[in-house]
Amino acid sequence: MIEVHTIKGGIHPPEEKALSNPGHVIDCPMPPKLILPLNQHIGAAAEPIVAVGQYVLGGECLATATGLVSANVHAPTSGVIASIDDHPVPHASGLSNCCIELIPDGEDKWLALNGTDDFRQATPADLVTAIRCAGISGMGGAGFPTAVKLMASDRTPIDTLIINGTECEPYITADDTLMQVNPAGIIEGAEILAFIVGAERILFAVEDNKPEAAAALTQAVVDTASSVAREVVTFPTKYPSGGEKQLIEILTGQQVPSGKLPADLGIVCQNTGTAVAVRDAVVAGRPLTHRIVTLTGRALNKPANYRVPLGTPIEFLLSIAGYQAEQSSRLVHGGPMMGFAIDDPRIPVVKTTNCVLAPTEQEFPSAPSAQACIRCGHCAEACPASLLPQQLYWYARARDQEQLERHNLFDCIECGACAWVCPSHIPLVQYYRAAKGFIQDSREEKIRSERSQARFEARQARVEREAQAREAKRAARKAAAQAKTTQDTEEDPIQAAVARAKARKSEQEVTE
Amino acid sequence: MIDTLMQNPTGIALLALLGLGAVFGALLGFAAVRFRTEGNPIADQVNQLLPQTQCGQCGFPGCRPYAEAIANGEAINKCPPGGQETIEALASLLDVEPEPLDAEHGEEKAPRVALIREAECIGCTKCIQACPVDAILGAAKVMHTVIADECTGCDLCVDPCPVDCIDMIERKTGIQHWRWQSPDVIASDRVAA
Amino acid sequence: MALLRVTSPHGHGQQSTSQVMSQVLLATLPGVAALTWFFGPGTLINIIFGGLMALAMEYVALAIRGRDPRPYLKDYSVLVTSTLLCIALPPYSSWWLLTVGMFSAVILGKHLFGGLGYNPFNPAMVGYVVLLISFPLQMSTWAAPVGWSGAPGLGEALTALLQPATYDAITLATPLDVLKHNQGLLLDDLYRESASFGQWAGLGWEWVNLGFLLGGGWLLYRRVFTWHAPLAMLATLGLAAAVGFDDGSSQSGGSPLFHWLSGASMFGAFFIITDPVSSATSLRGKLIFGALAGLLVYLIRVAGNYPDAIAFAVLIMNFAAPLIDQYTQPQTYGHGDRGEKS
Repeated sequence: MIEVHTIKGGIHPPEEKALSNPGHVIDCPMPPKLILPLNQHIGAAAEPIVAVGQYVLGGECLATATGLVSANVHAPTSGVIASIDDHPVPHASGLSNCCIELIPDGEDKWLALNGTDDFRQATPADLVTAIRCAGISGMGGAGFPTAVKLMASDRTPIDTLIINGTECEPYITADDTLMQVNPAGIIEGAEILAFIVGAERILFAVEDNKPEAAAALTQAVVDTASSVAREVVTFPTKYPSGGEKQLIEILTGQQVPSGKLPADLGIVCQNTGTAVAVRDAVVAGRPLTHRIVTLTGRALNKPANYRVPLGTPIEFLLSIAGYQAEQSSRLVHGGPMMGFAIDDPRIPVVKTTNCVLAPTEQEFPSAPSAQACIRCGHCAEACPASLLPQQLYWYARARDQEQLERHNLFDCIECGACAWVCPSHIPLVQYYRAAKGFIQDSREEKIRSERSQARFEARQARVEREAQAREAKRAARKAAAQAKTTQDTEEDPIQAAVARAKARKSEQEVTE
Repeated sequence: MIDTLMQNPTGIALLALLGLGAVFGALLGFAAVRFRTEGNPIADQVNQLLPQTQCGQCGFPGCRPYAEAIANGEAINKCPPGGQETIEALASLLDVEPEPLDAEHGEEKAPRVALIREAECIGCTKCIQACPVDAILGAAKVMHTVIADECTGCDLCVDPCPVDCIDMIERKTGIQHWRWQSPDVIASDRVAA
Repeated sequence: MALLRVTSPHGHGQQSTSQVMSQVLLATLPGVAALTWFFGPGTLINIIFGGLMALAMEYVALAIRGRDPRPYLKDYSVLVTSTLLCIALPPYSSWWLLTVGMFSAVILGKHLFGGLGYNPFNPAMVGYVVLLISFPLQMSTWAAPVGWSGAPGLGEALTALLQPATYDAITLATPLDVLKHNQGLLLDDLYRESASFGQWAGLGWEWVNLGFLLGGGWLLYRRVFTWHAPLAMLATLGLAAAVGFDDGSSQSGGSPLFHWLSGASMFGAFFIITDPVSSATSLRGKLIFGALAGLLVYLIRVAGNYPDAIAFAVLIMNFAAPLIDQYTQPQTYGHGDRGEKS
């Protein structure tokens, strides 16, 4: 039994987990169209390899990863490509990006899938390739391409694999449901991941507000044999225990050094959903095409966990879940602490959509205007990264880049605990996000301006060189001309000719 | 002698001041020689803060000449590509009051890059000669094109083009360049209308 | 485009500034009740009149500054300032004393610095110190703790407020005053002889302090502030008093119990140094802030010119608060021993 540690700070918002009835999955019917963004992950967008009008099968690759940090996109069902064009996508900006629109034909015909019965016969590199081909990226919310994360084990030795079933944000129960419904898949996926990175132990992390999920996982561990040590670890519920850095501190007592990765501590952390996707890709040969999404909030008649094909428009999901538009104050993609508001419900479900929240005004009243900071210090008490949110707030308002960096602004995980406790209702996280943005802009501009200065000085030098070369040539020509004239030292030929002419003339005059 | 001095307080005061003046003068003279710096470090620091667009909108032929002018007391609010951000940084460096951008020298615009409409280009090289950072590729009677990553958006190529085939387009558009905005000024600080 | 206001987090913990302020006001009730019981309605009149003056001044100040006054008047912040100042002032103070006090606290101590949240000094203490230095006579004459029956009635209290020249007060030196002017009596004898002393400390004053202790304890329970600053202050005050107690000799500075239950000790510990705006931010900083304040209180009481020292001690520590903050920053996750510095 490992020793569980505690993290500093944190808050206990009302959980509201029971609202979405965890432990039961409803299969979502196929929507009339699927919108598949080319970029559903951290990194470069994928490049389409299909054409408009093309017929594709379920599981067929529609777009391939460009470069290392990128992921493939696959068709969740059979159908025809209607367009490859800009469409609103799930992004805090509400902007559009390029998407493949697929009209399902209703037949759900799939490619022949080739999995493997015994993954241990393959090499880790082959398994990583399979994961990469399946287009798997982190399904806990961040969306980092899993194959790239697993390749970290090539550089540093990994001894611990953590499967993150914490799901600390209120309202969300997608992982809880997955753990209860498919614990065997999680265990098998974890085995594959541990084999790939060479981990010696696997820790399944579950908060203590999910006793059924912990029990299901524990039973699945007991029912299977393994060559690595496995343990299901439960720990007291607190937000944000599920953040990768915080979870590592809880389970191991170590802190990931700032600017470094968990792999540098010999740890790899993966979400439960990602583990199941890995299992499906390796054992069944199935690419990532579906995920469990929690639809919750009291503006829905049927809040529940749904198994949804990627690309399903959220407005379709809302109609399935009995959405009452007049009762809802806002729509949120993600959870109440870190999710972003949805303006356009046409946006599709993507690989990182763990929850769609439709609260009523009573559940989440509109924020009153922010008041003056009274320096109460509650924000610093709540911060899980032990930052000084108050100071960061003042410096963010002053746009003081130097002080923001000195106060470790980039160690902020944007969990929102500080804004949750602020009695003056100051939108603290918003200030930090904006500050990170302008600092990144400023760093980029600085690099650009240094390049421009170098190019300008190089051009000045070139122009100078060319002018000097021209000058040198002109001087040389002039010198050559001078040299030629001074060679004729005795006579100036013209003068001599004139003299001769004169002499002839005077001779002629004399003879006459 | 001490006695005569003691009798004459004005004398003592004078002597003391002369002595102090001599000591401090010597110290300052020594420092002026020992800690002398070559060039004008202020101008270098100012130049680091300028955006290096080399556009000349400030009235000086490039960023370095403007930086040197600022080091000699020129107003700091003449750089439109740098915008208010640069004015504030300069004000902070030089310990002067920041002022709004001088409208005579232009307006602050979103960062832009030049784009040549290749169908209309006649290959005259006038834009290539005008570009202060050599960001245009091409040669006489050969297609010209702007290297977008190196273009500073200075506008100097637009006028020389005899067929007016150069557009200035915004550099930072699209979802990849989107940034969170800072919240509105808080309610209680908003001046009542 | 996503609305700027609708950003994560989408919920809130429901604490608000007005809630914090109203809880502080409620917590002063036991202490104020004790004051009223022993000294009569003077303090209550102070609080009501002072409160009205403060609200008016806050409104005018905000209007002059071009701000919307409603959020500030609604969150009771200025009422907390005025109430705390009025508790600290002698009961039956005149209207002009209260007005000057409110002006110093609200305008000089708060709005000149930028309003709520921007003041480096505790506004109530700024008001108190301005009055103490400008009007030493009025500020050092305290009514006698003769109990409700012997105290001036409402009519007399209003006379004291509005027509101070015609008011004839019955006053008595406060226990701290008596101690300061002790001419060679052993403490036990002093306690017995002077009319100012009660069971453990000053007559009436011990109950007032116990009242504020009760209120402070309730605020701790409600998590309005943490235990660090009050406990540090009282512990250091007690420790310093124990060191200087000298077994009750005539040179003694007073016992720890005496110091805890005299003057504004409890009031200062739970209501003054816990003002978030002007004190240190981090928890370690609050400990240092409280401890040094407690030490200063003892030193000024025993070796300084004034009988009570809370105001001066707090103002001196307000000067030091930014420095304390700078040196007590918590170590960020991922930096320091448990993570390398990047």
